[in-house]
Amino acid sequence: MPPTENTPTTASASSHPAIEFKDVEKSFGPTTVLKDLNFTVAPGERVTLIGPSGSGKTTILRLVMTLEELTGGYIFVDGQPLTHEDRGGKRVELPKKRTREMTTRIGMVFQQFNLFPNMTVLENIIEAPVHVLGKSKVEATKEAKELLERVGLADKADAHPTRLSGGQQQRVAIARALAMNPEILLLDEVTSALDPELVGDVLGVLRDIAETTDITMLLVTHEMQFARDVSHRVMMFDGGQVLEEGPPDQIFNNPQHERTRKFLSSVL
Amino acid sequence: MWNWEFAAEALPILLRGFVNTLIATVVGTVIAAILGLILAVAIRGLPRWINWLVRLIVAFIRNTPLVVQLLFVYYAFSDIPGLVDVPALVIGFIVIGIHYSTYMSESYRSGIDAVPPGQFEAATALSLPPVRTFTAIVLPQALRATIPSLGNYAVAMFKDTPFLFAISVVELVTAAKEFGGSTFAYTEAFTLAGIIFLAASYPTSLLIQRLDRRLATY
Amino acid sequence: MNDNVTTLLNFLPQLWEGVQTTIILTVAGSIGAVIIALILGLTMTSPTAWLRIPARIVVEFFRGTSLLVQLFWLFYVLPLLGVDFDPMACGVAALALNYGAYSAEVVRSSIKTVAPGQWEAAIALSLSPTRRMVRVIFPQAWALMIPSLATLLIQLLKGTAVVSFITLSDLTDKTEQLRQSTGDTMFAYSISLLIYFALAWLLQEFMNFLERRATKALGRRRPNSRTDRREARRAARADAVRKDRLKSHVAAGEGTNHTKGPFPGQGGDL
Repeated sequence: MPPTENTPTTASASSHPAIEFKDVEKSFGPTTVLKDLNFTVAPGERVTLIGPSGSGKTTILRLVMTLEELTGGYIFVDGQPLTHEDRGGKRVELPKKRTREMTTRIGMVFQQFNLFPNMTVLENIIEAPVHVLGKSKVEATKEAKELLERVGLADKADAHPTRLSGGQQQRVAIARALAMNPEILLLDEVTSALDPELVGDVLGVLRDIAETTDITMLLVTHEMQFARDVSHRVMMFDGGQVLEEGPPDQIFNNPQHERTRKFLSSVL
Repeated sequence: MWNWEFAAEALPILLRGFVNTLIATVVGTVIAAILGLILAVAIRGLPRWINWLVRLIVAFIRNTPLVVQLLFVYYAFSDIPGLVDVPALVIGFIVIGIHYSTYMSESYRSGIDAVPPGQFEAATALSLPPVRTFTAIVLPQALRATIPSLGNYAVAMFKDTPFLFAISVVELVTAAKEFGGSTFAYTEAFTLAGIIFLAASYPTSLLIQRLDRRLATY
Repeated sequence: MNDNVTTLLNFLPQLWEGVQTTIILTVAGSIGAVIIALILGLTMTSPTAWLRIPARIVVEFFRGTSLLVQLFWLFYVLPLLGVDFDPMACGVAALALNYGAYSAEVVRSSIKTVAPGQWEAAIALSLSPTRRMVRVIFPQAWALMIPSLATLLIQLLKGTAVVSFITLSDLTDKTEQLRQSTGDTMFAYSISLLIYFALAWLLQEFMNFLERRATKALGRRRPNSRTDRREARRAARADAVRKDRLKSHVAAGEGTNHTKGPFPGQGGDL
């Protein structure tokens, strides 16, 4: 299934990119993972990051979600600084509260689902809408049920996450992320922890979201067919740098770099 | 409030008491370590109902106060007519040793359980006799996993030695109390006692933590 | 023997008073210890060094200086400094501080044991730090810490016996009176030890009940997915090695243990 349109929708009135990386640098102690990284993601664009493990692609998602500390440069979401801003040539960290307001616009789905085991499926989904966005419980519950319907788990609202299969848990996790009405959705190897027969359901849900919404998506995946189907752009990473990028057809059918070719032949 | 003269006067008295504290800790640890190992090994070989009985006794000793056990044994000994006076310190380290052997036997047991089954199988494949298998193969590996636990219990035991106060053994805290009682310099006596405890136990704990980390990485 | 029984029957009301004192000390001491443990334990997980380090110093201080030293300090030294607590307050305070310090380490390490993915998911949902701790992390850490807290609270119960040194007439003190009036050490102390054992058993049962409730709230793990099986195997292996080491750490005031056995305070089957 080809992407619904080849150019990302620019429905949003703002002229800012959804995500902008500016001179981003990330190091863990002495090891530098990302260096001088600059790229933008347009509103509504769906970008897949590929590359060998350790190439820094997951780190990029984690930086956008503020799960890792940004050690250099800036990240902008819809034109506004996420964690640091430039104040008269000085790099200043934003107040945590401000950063948290920004992250309400970003959702993330994890490889290991990370549902809260002490809450039911429904409680997992309404927790943040009620306590972060301040929605009423009734409204949040109504929306949560619609989302559960959408991911095919309408009957599991009162179940405990630990009683669900991996695929079901991951679909709940997707619903939980969507309940925040995020402008940006980060998908970090969301099918890697699943048994092969459960992958299809999860990808089906994601395809549906890609087709029917204009949420900006940044995804890391090993499902190359899926990446080809849903993304507008594929970025190949190696050693913390963008090796090459382009529309999926170009990257998958006609890669420019030997390393990309090698990598693709190893995963396809 | 704080009198350095009293402190200086108290210190040698406290340190003399501390000798008894150390004796009780060291001998208690040796008793607990040996008895604990015997318990751990014996339990494996015993028939089911004796096994259950031993476990019950172990749980009983572990879950009743050391102070009460000390008093019990102390009076029981003094009740026996014609018995030569057993020094309270001896009763002290025996009871403490037995009390902590119930904890240590558990350490040994889990250490033995943690030896991979492949080791037993390999020993069987080599036709090693059971005793040899146990002493040469299983035990050395089990001890490696057990030593930090034993160390932790030794430190816990050290901090329990003041309970010997109950049977009038003049260890550190009893010495402090006696000094305080005769001079009213309780502040100096008990503060110094606390400092001595802290100075001895904290570095030991750190040492065991380091040992634990070293032994944990095979 | 019949004389003993008669003496015991006459002594029962007094014995009951002693048991009550022991129970009050245990309950009040435990509540105090848990409150102190929560405050210090949570503070020790703080990212701010000037909160974390003082909490750590307090914990090491009260762990390192032996219960009896603390008890005598409160009882004999405080009056000299012009603060007069009654013996009961001294007993409860010493027990709460000493075992609270040990338990604080259990609280800290349990919180640190909660899977990093749980913290990350809470951040990804933009939950505030307080909400994150109260709703997501603590309920999971709570289930982890109960077995270790049980071990420590039983040690607290055993520790109450020292209050007889500061004039309080608890079960240990009454035991001594019973010994003197019967002249039978074996009889008096057997009864006393049995009562202590029963109290420890009750305490353990109560903690087991709390643990069952806490784990039930976390839902049961579905035992048959591939990840689960792999995880279960890995956990079983690592657990055997770690289990007891952790338990001894609890005695030394560190780590958590996740097992319980048929007898109170035992942790793990023998």
